[in-house]
Amino acid sequence: MDSVMVNVQGIVNRFGSQLVHDGLDMQVQRGDVFGIVGGSGSGKSVLLRTILGLRRPQAGTVRLSGQDITTLNPVALRAAKASYGVTFQHGALFSALTVRENIQLPMLEHLRLPPDVLDGLAMLKLRLVGLPANAADKYPSQLSGGMIKRAALARALALDPPLLFLDEPTSGLDPISAAAFDDLIAYLQHELALTVVMITHDLDSIFRTCNRVGVIVERHMVVDDLARIVDHPHPWIQSYFHGVRGRRYAPPAPSTGVPHGT
Amino acid sequence: MTWIVATASAERLNLQLQGRWAVAHAGDIRAALAALPEPGTGGLHIDVSHAAAFDLAGAWLLDDWLRLSPQAALPVSFEGELPDGLRLVRDTLGAGNRADQEQDKEHPFNPVRLLGETTVERIDDLRAGVRFVGRVAVTFARACVSLRRLRPISIVRHVWDTGFTAVPIVALVAFLISIIIAYLSATQLRAFGADIFVVDLVTVGVLRELGVLLTAIMIAGRSGSAFAAEIGSMKLNEEIDALDASGVDSTEVLILPRIIGLTIALPLLTFIADIVGLAGGALLCHQLLDMPLQQFINRASSAIAPTTFWVGIWKAPVFAVLVAMSGCYRGLQVRGSSRELGRLTTMAVVQSIFLVLLADALFAVLFMEIDV
Repeated sequence: MDSVMVNVQGIVNRFGSQLVHDGLDMQVQRGDVFGIVGGSGSGKSVLLRTILGLRRPQAGTVRLSGQDITTLNPVALRAAKASYGVTFQHGALFSALTVRENIQLPMLEHLRLPPDVLDGLAMLKLRLVGLPANAADKYPSQLSGGMIKRAALARALALDPPLLFLDEPTSGLDPISAAAFDDLIAYLQHELALTVVMITHDLDSIFRTCNRVGVIVERHMVVDDLARIVDHPHPWIQSYFHGVRGRRYAPPAPSTGVPHGT
Repeated sequence: MTWIVATASAERLNLQLQGRWAVAHAGDIRAALAALPEPGTGGLHIDVSHAAAFDLAGAWLLDDWLRLSPQAALPVSFEGELPDGLRLVRDTLGAGNRADQEQDKEHPFNPVRLLGETTVERIDDLRAGVRFVGRVAVTFARACVSLRRLRPISIVRHVWDTGFTAVPIVALVAFLISIIIAYLSATQLRAFGADIFVVDLVTVGVLRELGVLLTAIMIAGRSGSAFAAEIGSMKLNEEIDALDASGVDSTEVLILPRIIGLTIALPLLTFIADIVGLAGGALLCHQLLDMPLQQFINRASSAIAPTTFWVGIWKAPVFAVLVAMSGCYRGLQVRGSSRELGRLTTMAVVQSIFLVLLADALFAVLFMEIDV
């Protein structure tokens, strides 16, 4: 089986005269937890929408498990979309449906399953993301921010996809909930052998869960292992990992022996 | 497609899973499990290593089946290790977790309970409605002290949105309705040679009732729904909370300008509807009855009392207040979901049309009593 789950090559995205991506490349291997990092307005969300097949790029290819989704016809694209799960920044739960119905919706759309199987699987997914059983019949407006993120994750896992996309999974959560959510992602990634691609600003999340990081700088992506990318010479990457907020992750500078931040 | 190969050996049932035990085939797998022969007392031996896939859904189906009797009481062994998926399912739905899976069941249908609940709901709704009217009245009284607090710019915007942009459709509807009345009455009255009374019917009908009524109904559908949807989505987006939190009275900036704006716009629209309606009547009388324009005007001016026109116009602001209040009130009730937004927008339109008709009926009785 192909070990490259996501293969993005030469993506060009342009809005009018504004060039967002200019020949962006990115590969995600099976089993990776890949963090996408970049400044505000650097095109992280546009990149995600392109990979998800919600937006056709002006040039370049996006291969999910070997299939180029930029050229698929609508029917094949629909099938390809069943092969990944995605959570959006604000959860994007369907507000008119209960949590249970939200989780069941992808199964109802793509599969024909008897009702008791639907209920059982929805409950399994609910418990898997750490929600209590009585959350099943609640509406999204009755849930806290952390529970919405978890319910969105349960919906993304409805079809047992091998590939999971998370858009800012921990934004808007308090540090303790965010850490718990990071642990949940790591746990599920390990247990379900998932490949995870996540957009995040949260350095804690990156250091807790990711093994590979791609940084969007100057319309291209710099990809490397987490341990190595912190030493990349690009000034944005330097200030991202070694700025005020990133300082506590920096290893002591070996040559002078003087730690950062003193 | 075979999902399970079952072989019995010495009291023990051996199950070999085959194919893709994945969510896509959950229905078939469930059926295949249900069709298995009754296991003997020696228990079960399960081998998942031949399955092309054994994901979480497959593991759950197997686990769920194993919990049914009679399997639940039997010893179960696995070829090799306990499969990962099954372990995860059992960890997730472990014994402690399973207990609280019992759902709070909805109350079964009970007519008495339903009647009681509906009554309480209606009373609460009425009370909230009265409270809303009171709040608007108090806010209006307070805002009247200065022109700035009446938000003239906002009012002008609403007059434009609800009034000026509605002129074409209101005019068209008034024109068509006057043609309908004229045509209908002409065919009936011609039998009696009373053609001339077509003019009476059209002028009195349009000026007194239909001009204002149809305009109000059009505006209820057009602007009442817009008010409910605008305010409802602001409510969902927490914009109303943001206004109130920043010390700005949301009733004063959002509700009052809409009510005042519509109260100005609706009489003006009614005036236009009256003019166009009369013009339509005159045109049809000319075409259908060969009545010269001068004769129409003469007959019309003798048919209508001096008050006929004003009776119609004076109803317009009352209808405007009813429509605007219903729209804003229902918009403010939106909570939580987009479905609520749709439900309350619909309710706003239905309620405002109902209130307009109710008020019109009351006006009809009132005007007859005071003889205008």
